[in-house]
Amino acid sequence: MRTLLNTLYVQTQGSYLRLENDNVRVDVEGARVAMLPLHHLDGVVVFGNVLISPYLIQRLGREHKPVTWLTESGRFTARTETPMSGNVLLRVAQHAASGDPARTLAVARYIAAGKLQNQKAALLRSARDAAEADQPILREAARDVNGQIGCLPLAGTVDEVRGIEGTAARAYFGAFSHTLRVNRDFFWLGERTRRPARDPINAVLNYAYTLLAGDCAGACQQVGLDPQVGFLHALRPGRASLALDLMEELRAVIADRAVITLINRSQLTPRDFILHAGGSVTISEDGRRTLIKHLQERKQETVKHSLTGRDTPLGLIAHVQARLLAQHLRGDRPHYPPYLHR
Amino acid sequence: MDDPVSLSALQHFVFCPRQCALIHVEGVWADNSQTARGHQTHERAHGGGTEVRDGVRTLRALPLVSRQHGLAGVADVVELLPDGSPRPVEYKSGKAKPRLADEVQLCAQALCLEEMFGADIPEGFIYHVASRGRREVAFTLELRGAVLDARDGVRALLRGGVLPAPAADDRCRLCSLYDECEPFAPRDFPAGYDPFSTRMDGGS
Ligand code: SF4
Repeated sequence: MRTLLNTLYVQTQGSYLRLENDNVRVDVEGARVAMLPLHHLDGVVVFGNVLISPYLIQRLGREHKPVTWLTESGRFTARTETPMSGNVLLRVAQHAASGDPARTLAVARYIAAGKLQNQKAALLRSARDAAEADQPILREAARDVNGQIGCLPLAGTVDEVRGIEGTAARAYFGAFSHTLRVNRDFFWLGERTRRPARDPINAVLNYAYTLLAGDCAGACQQVGLDPQVGFLHALRPGRASLALDLMEELRAVIADRAVITLINRSQLTPRDFILHAGGSVTISEDGRRTLIKHLQERKQETVKHSLTGRDTPLGLIAHVQARLLAQHLRGDRPHYPPYLHR
Repeated sequence: MDDPVSLSALQHFVFCPRQCALIHVEGVWADNSQTARGHQTHERAHGGGTEVRDGVRTLRALPLVSRQHGLAGVADVVELLPDGSPRPVEYKSGKAKPRLADEVQLCAQALCLEEMFGADIPEGFIYHVASRGRREVAFTLELRGAVLDARDGVRALLRGGVLPAPAADDRCRLCSLYDECEPFAPRDFPAGYDPFSTRMDGGS
């Protein structure tokens, strides 16, 4: 039985991680700051200049617990490959499916359907909690997203699916600021921009998506899928297309929800952002820490999975979806079932 | 010639062909408290070298191979009787597995040992760690036949690369691959699950 274990995130620059008996010991400036039993961990993620002893890397590898290196600002640089990652038959099937336009379209449509269903549900949920003036705007956006869901079965190419997804995203993000109840002058969302973010919401969303994409790539790896060969996202060197595909169903559920909650609870405030000359915005180290902590807690919450009907920690949904996709690709199930959050 | 079939694959196959394919074809790896305990038991069994008691020599972690039958693996424990004839002993941490999976694995060890030692081995033993009980298993013609049938089954699985349908029965509760296998989840979309639904109540 796969259980959700903790991921150890280490952000403090200059920390040193090593193996001490069956524990990971974290030292900062020569002093011990944490001691975590290995069997409570399912992976280690380090940011920037954090050292890990070779013994620890090897031990984690043997136990199929990947180590992920991100830059200090959260960009992916490397991940260990463990002895059980990769299944050649599955990868061959994945590559064959990705070269088959009909199969690619079918998977891409279901992934987009999952994403749009979860955006719609998120908007309707926000509408229930919102101030009276915001409710119609959020419901209207949900209706617009829903209209795009209606178009999905008719899409004849992956490009059309991407177009539908883009239209839905504009409706969804157009109403996003109306889910916020505090600091709304500060937290406004212009339009969705990647790096550099030009407003605080984009800054924190980008960061949350990077963390989520890392989890999804790890899930691909654990199931034996090639994270680079996706269906909805175009293949491009250096891009983890499949990890991004898997993330689509979870963005609204995990990342967007976390951002809304933290702002509405005033756990993320204007002080957690740095406004740079020239108009770009980044999230401060404290802000990142708040977000990581919240995401860690949220991953422990269980949800009833829409297909399997089983209570599953939110943090394992990416694994379940990766497995369901693998089963579809290997012919064990006729369709890929996206995760539909309720 | 085909590669030898591993004794563990054989045991998995007899327990459930899908489990065998998940592990040996799909490369699924799962750990749970049961397999973790299994590893400990094996580590203990594999820890020592030889020891002698009452004229019986105990060999641990003995590599096994049978060219004739195309089998290979490692025996937890092999006892050499005073006349030098070997008897396999399999350590089991959990309950006895249904469908003679443990018996077939033990008998497969005996087939290897017969070839390696040039001896006839009429029986072996399964030692249950929890109850500290030891049970004799007679290597009948039927059981020997079951070993070779299972070996052929494993070969066909590895050649075909196709995942057998789930057993979806009592075995699944004992199975460490339950999550990866999803034996009871619907293979296709169940009623009420519609990714393209345009209902506006927040459900699907
Ligand atoms: S869960 Fe059941 S069907 Fe699946 S591998 Fe295990 S025993 Fe076989």
